[in-house]
Amino acid sequence: MTMEAGGIAWVLASSALVLFMTPGLALFYGGMDRSRNVLNMFMMNFWCLLIVPIVWVIAGFSLAYSGSGSIIGNLDWTLLSGLGIDAADAGGDGGKLILAAIFLGMFAVITPALISGAVADRMKFSAWAVFVPLWILLVYCPVSFWIYGGVWGDGLTGWLGVRGSLDFAGGTVIHVNAGIAALAAVLVLGKRKGWPKEGHPPHSMPLVMLGTGILWFGWFGFNAGSAFDANGVAIQAFMNTFLAAAAAGIAWGVVERIRDGHFTNLGVASGIVAGLVAITPGAGYVSGMSPIWIGLIAGVICSFAVQLKFKGKFDDSLDVVGVHFVGGLIGSILIGLFADPAFFGAEFGAGLLNGGGATLLIEQIVANAVTIVYSFIITGLILLAIKAVIGIRVSEEDEETGLDLTQHAESAYNLGDATMVR
Amino acid sequence: MKLVTAVIKPFKVDDVKEALKAAGVTGMTLTEVKGFGRQGGHTETYRGTEYQVDFLPKVKVEAIVDDDAVSGVVDAIAGAANTDKIGDGKVWVTSVDSLVRIRTGETGSAAI
Repeated sequence: MTMEAGGIAWVLASSALVLFMTPGLALFYGGMDRSRNVLNMFMMNFWCLLIVPIVWVIAGFSLAYSGSGSIIGNLDWTLLSGLGIDAADAGGDGGKLILAAIFLGMFAVITPALISGAVADRMKFSAWAVFVPLWILLVYCPVSFWIYGGVWGDGLTGWLGVRGSLDFAGGTVIHVNAGIAALAAVLVLGKRKGWPKEGHPPHSMPLVMLGTGILWFGWFGFNAGSAFDANGVAIQAFMNTFLAAAAAGIAWGVVERIRDGHFTNLGVASGIVAGLVAITPGAGYVSGMSPIWIGLIAGVICSFAVQLKFKGKFDDSLDVVGVHFVGGLIGSILIGLFADPAFFGAEFGAGLLNGGGATLLIEQIVANAVTIVYSFIITGLILLAIKAVIGIRVSEEDEETGLDLTQHAESAYNLGDATMVR
Repeated sequence: MKLVTAVIKPFKVDDVKEALKAAGVTGMTLTEVKGFGRQGGHTETYRGTEYQVDFLPKVKVEAIVDDDAVSGVVDAIAGAANTDKIGDGKVWVTSVDSLVRIRTGETGSAAI
């Protein structure tokens, strides 16, 4: 099946939009981080932009999508073999599979990047560099296959997808997956020196706000591009992305105004991101005012969920668990209530509030529970292995000096003079 | 000769400068400083977590004046910097043993 020019153009543009989210995420996280660690945060994100595309075309895309198994893909598409733009390649798709590898590769880039916010301020860069490709191959690819496996071949065969769970643009595969991996990572890493007593307020709120804007902009490609065509579903997903983010930003801001006294930039930024996360799994399955409800619910719940780390004593530096795990889980479960087959075809199943009974809701819970257990355990094992072999944490002195200087020999803000020595 | 030093709220700098000029002071030095007194610092809240910021931005004003001008200058600063609210700052006076104008070599009161 070849695509129309309009659809190809939209998916190509969407791919670039999704790529831009990773630098946006670096700004969002980097602004929240301390000034001595901001470049390390940027490099953790940019490392994903460097290594994931390579791993993706070597084996990732094939493992995550090829064949007709139920657990994991085969090696048919490794090294992009058989994928060409010639209409004779891969059943005459005219490059559609390469387009899929491009678009989905962008998602693979940002998923491990999400985890960087949790491990901020203390993880050795070498450990992160090894972790990212391993995590893509051992966690991201299998989980993707369970939900989406087979869709680029003869039809859906991934076992969670076949059971009936829905994940339009990656609520379970990306946000719940990365969010629970972040929890495993901070448990293996341990808390930062002085946490929670020593304060770590954001070093630059303007960077956070700029990053939030870029994330929102890029998310239109993430969600509306996931229609993988220029069609009505793309339009609806675009509108849903627009509304959920706005509603969640209002919700979080208002919670802070009532609870803490002020309507804050960080509250609004966090709410916008929580809303974007929450609408991701259902972006192509809900309509009307549903995205506003999803955004409001996610904004309110996530604004409280970010406090869980203090009760649970896990040092999730920049609240990846509270925003991405909780937001993704809320959005994914809410599909079970709000999914609307009247718009998107009966094969999607209806949510509880649209007369579909609890079947979809139960499948959403099953898919997320399986993902949570698998991702948490495998991520933990990967990091324990890295810890045993090369070490995972910087020294206490390096942590105090800052990771920019000790991991990268750079400073984010050079205010003094320096002399060139060679 | 006395050194009059004042720590004031930054937004009062212009008022204090004009008041000092009106009181006959011909030169002064400003420094941006941080500190706290009875006012304490302030709190900032990020994602529901409150952070205490102890040191607030203040401006330190220094001027060297003749002995007979001291009380007028102190009054000028205290008047101009006053907002009747906590955190207005302080003015204090210390003795200056010697003074030289670098360009001319003048010393003492002539160098003020």
